[in-house]
Amino acid sequence: MSVAPLLEMRGISKRFPGVVALDSVDLQIVRAEVVALVGENGAGKSTLMNILGGIYQPDAGEIRIDGQPVKIQNVNDALCRGIAFIHQELNVLDNLDVAANVFLGREPVNALRLMNRNKIHADTEPFLKRLGLPISTRTRLDKLSLAQQQMVEIAKALSLNARLIIMDEPTSSLTLSETKRLLELVRELSGQGVGIIYISHRLGEVDQCADRVVVLRDGKNAGELPRSEATHDRLVNLMVGREIKNFYVQSDSQKTAGFFKVRNVRSRLYPHRPVSFDVARGEILGFAGLVGAGRSEIAKAIVGLDASPAKEIFLDGEKIPIHAPRDAIERGICLVPESRRTEGLIVEMSVCENVTLPSLRRLSRCGLIQRKRERDVAARQVDSLKVKTPGVETQVMNLSGGNQQKVVLGKWLARQPRVMILDEPTRGIDVGAKAEIYRLMRELAGQGTAILMISSDMEEILNVSDRVAVMHEGEITGVLERADCTEQNVMQLAVGKKIPAAKPAFEN
Amino acid sequence: MKKELGIFVLLIVLCAVTAFENARFLSPENMVNMANVIGLFGIFSLGAGLVIITSGIDLSVGSMIALIGMLLVMALTDWHWAWPLAVLFVAVVAMILGCAHGMFITRFNMQPFIVTLCGLLLYRGIARFIAQDTTKGFGSAAGFETLRNLANGIWFGLPMPFVLLIIIAVIMWVVLHRSVYGRYLYAVGRNEEAARFSGINTRLVIASSYVLAALLTSISAILFAFYTNSVSPSTHGNFYELYGIAAAVLGGCSLRGGEGSVIGILIGVALLQVLQNLVNLLGIPSSLNFAVMGAVVLVGVLADQIFKKRAAKRVAH
Repeated sequence: MSVAPLLEMRGISKRFPGVVALDSVDLQIVRAEVVALVGENGAGKSTLMNILGGIYQPDAGEIRIDGQPVKIQNVNDALCRGIAFIHQELNVLDNLDVAANVFLGREPVNALRLMNRNKIHADTEPFLKRLGLPISTRTRLDKLSLAQQQMVEIAKALSLNARLIIMDEPTSSLTLSETKRLLELVRELSGQGVGIIYISHRLGEVDQCADRVVVLRDGKNAGELPRSEATHDRLVNLMVGREIKNFYVQSDSQKTAGFFKVRNVRSRLYPHRPVSFDVARGEILGFAGLVGAGRSEIAKAIVGLDASPAKEIFLDGEKIPIHAPRDAIERGICLVPESRRTEGLIVEMSVCENVTLPSLRRLSRCGLIQRKRERDVAARQVDSLKVKTPGVETQVMNLSGGNQQKVVLGKWLARQPRVMILDEPTRGIDVGAKAEIYRLMRELAGQGTAILMISSDMEEILNVSDRVAVMHEGEITGVLERADCTEQNVMQLAVGKKIPAAKPAFEN
Repeated sequence: MKKELGIFVLLIVLCAVTAFENARFLSPENMVNMANVIGLFGIFSLGAGLVIITSGIDLSVGSMIALIGMLLVMALTDWHWAWPLAVLFVAVVAMILGCAHGMFITRFNMQPFIVTLCGLLLYRGIARFIAQDTTKGFGSAAGFETLRNLANGIWFGLPMPFVLLIIIAVIMWVVLHRSVYGRYLYAVGRNEEAARFSGINTRLVIASSYVLAALLTSISAILFAFYTNSVSPSTHGNFYELYGIAAAVLGGCSLRGGEGSVIGILIGVALLQVLQNLVNLLGIPSSLNFAVMGAVVLVGVLADQIFKKRAAKRVAH
């Protein structure tokens, strides 16, 4: 007996003024299946899912649930039909507790029309149990980690009897172990009969949990691969429409050890754990670790954004006093921060203004900015980084994520840095731009810049780094040489176990 | 440019309407009078706008005008100081107060609203105290005619305050729109965090904006003292900070920071002044003065929001 698929989307098209977002796209999912939806930014994944979630109406095409054609009028309608959408930016109310969030809008009431406190907590319990979440239903959401908040959203979806859960980039803010837990959960849920559509940029995760991978490109179906055939290269091929040779570029540069030495830097998170390490000239040192291990905080302390008075920084043998970010920048130590929209860029300003911001003094005379020189510097960076922008006067907020990241890089490259610290350089960036950024990093290293790459993307860590330093709760548990860089080893060090392959982070 | 063009057109329209209703609007006496008041209010409004661009606010302007004015009167008439010394003294006092604002805001992380609100209360209180709550004036005191001429005089047919405004506006224009410091001001106003990450000393930038604003306020205070010829500490400069903020906002500064221009602020000041004139010349009861101002600022900012939304929609497509 063949059962109609849980969901069938056929020939879905959607147009917005000036752009065709979706062009006759098909998507199908059966009960208990996990389908990964991948594609570059702008490929149409979000639009397709927004149609499914009731946020948009398709211009053409039909949607069938259990074989019956339906029209999903609005978000409520989608929920009633059993479709739950867990967005990348969580929609939780962090001043309320778990139970209140799960039953938001459907609070059980007693005879006096007042909220039935006992019932709401009793009803929420089973869902938390099902997810293996060991917290009380009375916990306020702002006391939970992002991963736990996400679980609460999933609990909400389950409480709504969701038969199909759409997860949009669920792991982008999770630690390595939380990611693992989520992927296990995805498989558990699908084992319980729930269909799951999983949108992600992290191809490594996709092949851990998906049964099938659907690829969109430029608003159209670009292909589909069952798990067994979904290799990284084949997926990238479908996503980009061409072969990206050497996605991960191998290193061939000369490396001189001890070029950049960091001694006794203490982060805000772990003020009692001094950290020391060396980076060789021309090397890409990956910094792995669970979120909360203190990597970003160490980076901020190194460049002087956070105070760490006892630290000592040596560049090419010379001691560099760093009390404020300006000191680090003047000596060629630059930080590309984790959050490009809030820390890396001033999005309302133009490409030109952003690129020249740290270098204005050099581009001015008697305190007045020399506009022509400024434009030249910006144009040169846009050119060399191939930033897709209508011009240097375009506001940065109008660029795509990948191009915005290139502007951030351009800002620092304009100063010809000797040390670049990159915090999650390719987060939320599509595949094409990722490859370009890796190539750029390799090129920089080849020119003699020491690069520190903080990343939560295992693939990135394993493939891009020359060596990997792993942090756990504020200390470096060990450094792995390229030959010893395996997922196993990194994970072990990340949870604090010492392994024989780990080398010390520095030599005196 | 578009925003300034919009309010400039509004200004021209208002002038035309007023001139049409009452030809006295275009008379030389009225024009000179308006220019005078625009000069007086414009100088501190530039300071108000500067602070707003860094996404701060200065509520102490009016009270500072009272205090500085009172100190000037006392220095010249009671203590008999030479006028250059008196002027220097009040300017320095103002800058110290501005420094204090900057310090509380940047080192102790207090909100500008709170800090300058306290300033508003404190400075007026101090002004009233040192004057023993009496009105003090220049009366017939002598010895500072040069200063009086500088503050009150006419230069090529234009009143001195207006001339000073133009000079200061030109300098401010260069600072805001062409200098590195100006770029830093906008950057800090838009996104202080990102500015910090880019190596800008955000604390210094913000603190200095309050010092500059205080300096501009002190210049206005000196001019106002001569304009009214006496300072009544409980009412002198009352609500002027709101005027400055209204002028800045009307001229394109956003209280969220990172937006605004010198030309916009000037047009805003002129607009508010013409409005006041309009109210007078049309015989509208002067009690409605503030009401009219409030209504215009509301409509002006609302219109700006609507245009912004439309422009954003156009860009997205």
